Amino acid sequence: MGISYLETDILIIGGGAAGCFAAVDIYKRAPTCKVVVMEKAHIERSGCLAMGLNAINAYLHAGQTPDSYVSFVERHFEGIIRRDLVYSIVQGLNDAVRDVEEMGLPIEKNEDGAYKMRGKRSIRIFGERLKPILAEAVQRTPAQVLNRVVATNFIYDGNRVCGAFGFGARNGVFYVISAKAVIVATGGASGIYRPHNTGEARNLLWYCPWNVGTGYAMGIRAGAEMTSFENRFVALRVKDVNAPTGTIAVGVRSKQINARGEDYLELYYQHLGGNKCLTHHRLLATVEEKKLGRGPCYLDTTTLSEAEERRLKEDFLNMNPQIVLLWANREVCPRKKPVEIQGTEPFIVGGHCQAGYWIDTERRTTIPGLYAAGEVAGGAPKKYVSGSWVEARIAAITALEDIKGVVLKDTDAEAISREKTRVFTFVKKAGISPAMARERLQKIMDEYAGGISMNYALHEERLLEARRLLKDLKDRLRDVAAINNYTLVEALECIDQIDVARILVEHLIYRKETRWACYQTRLDYPEKDNGRWLTFVNSIYNPNTDEIKMIERPLSA
Amino acid sequence: MSIFIDENICNGCKGLPDARCERICPGDLCYRKENLKAAIRDQSACWTCACCVKECPVQAIELKLPFQICTKDSSLKVRLRRDKTIWTVWDAEGHQEEFFIQARCLKGD
Repeated sequence: MGISYLETDILIIGGGAAGCFAAVDIYKRAPTCKVVVMEKAHIERSGCLAMGLNAINAYLHAGQTPDSYVSFVERHFEGIIRRDLVYSIVQGLNDAVRDVEEMGLPIEKNEDGAYKMRGKRSIRIFGERLKPILAEAVQRTPAQVLNRVVATNFIYDGNRVCGAFGFGARNGVFYVISAKAVIVATGGASGIYRPHNTGEARNLLWYCPWNVGTGYAMGIRAGAEMTSFENRFVALRVKDVNAPTGTIAVGVRSKQINARGEDYLELYYQHLGGNKCLTHHRLLATVEEKKLGRGPCYLDTTTLSEAEERRLKEDFLNMNPQIVLLWANREVCPRKKPVEIQGTEPFIVGGHCQAGYWIDTERRTTIPGLYAAGEVAGGAPKKYVSGSWVEARIAAITALEDIKGVVLKDTDAEAISREKTRVFTFVKKAGISPAMARERLQKIMDEYAGGISMNYALHEERLLEARRLLKDLKDRLRDVAAINNYTLVEALECIDQIDVARILVEHLIYRKETRWACYQTRLDYPEKDNGRWLTFVNSIYNPNTDEIKMIERPLSA
Repeated sequence: MSIFIDENICNGCKGLPDARCERICPGDLCYRKENLKAAIRDQSACWTCACCVKECPVQAIELKLPFQICTKDSSLKVRLRRDKTIWTVWDAEGHQEEFFIQARCLKGD
C-alpha cells in the first residue's frame, strides 16, 4: 500500500452538484488557484444526480420575492429555519440556474424565452445529462479531480482543518492532501434506516445509496457543531421504485386518493389544510390512511390523456428510469391503474430538510478552514440542487477570501500514522462483514429510532435503547473484516453511518415535543410546543471522551 | 436482477484501462472478468441508476427490475447522442416503445 501526498489551495470533498459548481466558480474568480476535487465515485455520474433530474424545485419566478420565498420555507418547517441562510440562497438561485443552463442544461421555456412555470417555485428541465454537463464544466478548468478516492477524515490540528485523508478505492493508495481551505460537499446520509425493499432490491433507495453521511461523520469526529439531525426526511414516493411523486402531482396535477377512491386530504384532513397542507402533513395523512385501513394510497393518474402519459414517462426517464420499466407492464400503466405511493425510510439530509453543519452566512463551519455547501450544510431546508449551487458559490467566495495569508502546513507524521492505522485495521481475513454491521444498524434504527416499522414514531424508552445498542455496535466495529478494497470502503461507510446514527439519536432524545409530523413525531410529547422548543438543537461530539454535548441555539443570531 | 450484461454483445471495451461501465458505476460495482467480459459484483447493491446502461457503446447492458418488486419481465436500453438520449423499453411480450429526449443544448441552439 502506497501513500500519496498532495498539496492544494482549496480541497473540495465530494464532486456532486455543490462540489462541481464550487470548483467551476473558484476558477472563474481565481484562475491561478489550485483546486483538488476528491470524489468517491466518478464525477461524470455520481451522487444524487447520477440518475438525472427532471425539475429544479428552488427557483424564484416573477412575482415572488426573496421574503415571500423565505416565509414559505419557514411555514413548511413549522417556524424553524435559519432565515439568514435561506435568504442568502434565494438571492442566488436564478443566477446559478442560468449558469448551468449556459453549460448546456435544457430547460423548458415559454415562447417569450422565460422559463416555464412548472410549480410555484419550480421549473421543468431535461436533466438526464445534468451530471455529465457539470463534470465537463469542471474538466474544462485546471482542477485536479481524484476519482474513486474516499475521504476518511479531516486533517485537523486541533485549531484548524488543514486538509483531508483519503483512500483510493481502486488503487488502495492512502492519500494525504494538505489544503489551505476545505469545502465539504459530500451529500447527506442514506442507509441509516432499514429500507422497504430487501434482498436483491435493497438498494432501490430514494437517495443515492453511496451518500452515507461521510461528510457529517468526519465533521462529527473533528468536533464540528452540527444542527437539526432530528429534522429527518421521509419522502412520499412511488411505492417500490421510489420515483418522485412531484413529477405526477405537480407535472400533470394528479390528486392523492385512498383505496376507496376518496380525495382523502380534502375529506379527512381539513384540519391540516386539505390539499393545501404542508409536505410532511401530506405524508402524515398517507400514513394515517394506512393505519385506518383505507390504504394503499395513490396518485390518480387514470384521467391522463395518452400524450400526458407519454410526457410523464419522458420526465421519469430523465430522473428515475425504473418506473418506466414497471409501467411497461400494460396492466399497471398509469392510465389504467393509479400510481401507489408510500413513505420511504428516514434519511438525514440538508437539502430537503436541514440536518448538517452549523454554519455562518458565509458557509464557514465552526472549525476554521472548513466550509460546508449543499446537503451537508444545515439550517436551510428546501434548497435542493439549485440551492446547493448557490451555497457552493458562497463557500467558494469565502474560502478564496479566507486563504489569503494562510500557509500550507506539513501534516504531522503521527496523525498520518494514526489515520492509516484506523483505516487499514479492518483489513483481515475473517470477522463481521460490513454487510452484517449495516444490517444490525438498520434494524436498531428501524425498531428503536422510528423507522418504517414504527410508522416513524419515537418515544424516550425506545430511543434510550437505541442509544445503548448503537454504543454496543460501535464497540464491536473493531471486529469488522474487509477482505478487499471494495469491502474496506463498505466498512468505512458503515462506521460513518453509525457515527451519524448516534448523533441523530441524541437529537431525537433531546427535542421533547413533536415539531415535524413523521420526520420527528414523539408519542410521549405529541404536541408542538412553541413556548419551549422554537429553537435549534445542536450537538458537538468529543472524540476523546466519546461524549455528545447538546446545545440550544436561538432562531435568529 | 437489476442489470443484465449480455456476454455475447459485451466486448470488454478492449484497449481501455477500464471497461466503460466499470469506470462509471457510482457504486463501484462493475468490473471486468478474466475473459474480459463486464460483470456486476453484487446485484443487491445496484441502485438501478442505469449509468452503466447509458455508457455501454454496444448496448450490452439492459436495465431490469428485481423480481421482488415486479413479476413481469421488462427491460430497457439506452443510446446516448451528444444532444439527446434514446431510450427503448420492452415489455414481457416484446412490445417496444422508444423515446427520443433532448439531453443537452448545443452551442448555437
